[in-house]
Amino acid sequence: MEAAMDLMRRISPNQSETALSALLNLLPHHSSELLSQVDQPLQIFMDVDCAKEFVLCEYNRDADSYRSPWSGKYYPPLEDGSLPSPDLRKLEIEANDIFAVYRDQYYEGGVSSVYMWEDDDDGQGFVACFLIKKDGSKAGHGRKNYLHEGSWEAIHVIKVEPEEDGKAHYCLTSTIMLSMTTEDKPSGTFNLSGSIRRQVSHDLAVADGHLCNMGKMIEEMEGKLRNSLDQVYFGKTREMVCTLRPPPQGNFIVTALVEQFLVNLAI
Amino acid sequence: MADEGDGPKDRELTEKEKKEIAKWFLANAPTGEIQYVAKDVRALIADDHLYGTAAAEAFPLFNKAHLVVLEMPNRSGDVIISSFGEIDKDKYLDPRTAQVATVDHVKQICTKVRPATDEELSSAYVEDFRFAVDSELCKYVVDTYPKGASSVYCTRGKDVDGPGADFDLAVVISASKTSPQNFCNGSWRSIWTLEFKDDLQSVEVNGKIQVVAHYFEEGNVQLDAKNECRDSTILQSPDDCAIALTSIICHHEAEYMASLEEAYLHLPDTTFKDLRRKLPVTRTLFPWQNTLQFSLNRDISREFGIGK
Repeated sequence: MEAAMDLMRRISPNQSETALSALLNLLPHHSSELLSQVDQPLQIFMDVDCAKEFVLCEYNRDADSYRSPWSGKYYPPLEDGSLPSPDLRKLEIEANDIFAVYRDQYYEGGVSSVYMWEDDDDGQGFVACFLIKKDGSKAGHGRKNYLHEGSWEAIHVIKVEPEEDGKAHYCLTSTIMLSMTTEDKPSGTFNLSGSIRRQVSHDLAVADGHLCNMGKMIEEMEGKLRNSLDQVYFGKTREMVCTLRPPPQGNFIVTALVEQFLVNLAI
Repeated sequence: MADEGDGPKDRELTEKEKKEIAKWFLANAPTGEIQYVAKDVRALIADDHLYGTAAAEAFPLFNKAHLVVLEMPNRSGDVIISSFGEIDKDKYLDPRTAQVATVDHVKQICTKVRPATDEELSSAYVEDFRFAVDSELCKYVVDTYPKGASSVYCTRGKDVDGPGADFDLAVVISASKTSPQNFCNGSWRSIWTLEFKDDLQSVEVNGKIQVVAHYFEEGNVQLDAKNECRDSTILQSPDDCAIALTSIICHHEAEYMASLEEAYLHLPDTTFKDLRRKLPVTRTLFPWQNTLQFSLNRDISREFGIGK
């Protein structure tokens, strides 16, 4: 398993699907462990009853069918597919409606889904999974330096356990997977791809509402992850390029930094 | 693959399938990381013989694709592993020192060198051009790439012994930096083919540049950038050709570097924003505290039969 996880951290995120499927074939006895530790690219399916798209993942899968959060039905139809309790389903419906608004405000598009299920461990708590898939391929409209092809996928899994004093323990594990390609004639193709995963836990008052608590944690986490991808991860690859071929004079870097600074000011 | 009907989960992979998987991982290793990938693959395959055959097939492909630079014994410099210098599977020509290096692909070392034979080298006429381009280019590479190596090969017409016939040279520049303790590796590779056309008295230049970088501290982020360009110059004396060609290469590579910088510069405000904004369209954080209100309202609406 250790070797498998090390490989996943080395192989290009653009090839993670092939890599994962190779590992599953190689390590059939570790398949559930692999699937829980390696996040797969998200797929989208149409809920024909509600005419709305939903996101497919391990968490809404039963046998070969996937449950839509909108109609609550399995596609393709499944006789006795597992369902959340009526109370949890109510929270799930709300979460889907609100998360769709959140998604639209940050992503200006994309598809989101929220799935909830009772926690098997003690029956007290529950787990919620918030998913976003944004395909940015058409966003650039062929303009220079704008996105030619790109996708952002966010997977947030929150485990909620009731605590004493009207509090609950929220443990959030978030993964962001993204790929961006810009392409134009004189400068060729430029692709950055990546995946990062982080975990955070908080004890929060239940009176504020589970959705409010989970939502705030997700929003903060997404902001942090986006920031580290932008500033740290992309920055490190850029640093590497400049190490390979240092810009000829110091003032080249300075110009770039000043420009960057001005850009940040403008935001 | 995992969803195929005959259920790979119930069936052992054949040796051939295992070998193909091992080769795939090795061949797709990032720059400077094949030895780490090899260690993992070896552990996963758990069959040293099978691993050995996979490695023997995958390493040469990787080394050639990544233009791996190996130090030759006796301090005679570096040899670049590329298809242009390939004499046989583990012998590579270094035209600058007129030597043939024997390499161990899997260990990624050069084990011995021997002087190249006359058949392996180009004619004196072509060599004048090759040597001039190599010397001029060397200066550029030393100045530009702190970890760079370069080589110039004759890829066609190496027996041309005077004006009146065509020949091709290939310029290879390879610069890589590995810094596993900082979780960062990368490489710059460029290949320039120079077609010396006698009838047109011109030299056609075609370039392919690939730049990759991998940063993997608590994550996995990779840059993969590629570009192609073409240019041409007039056929002159070897020395004048060398100066003109090196300046063309220098110009295009500098321009490409600038376009990479520009792409990075525009990431935050254009490219990245198209995927996910820093702040919502409302420019304030999402009003989660209102969601409690939102659901209460919905309950009320339902009770009073308003809304849907």
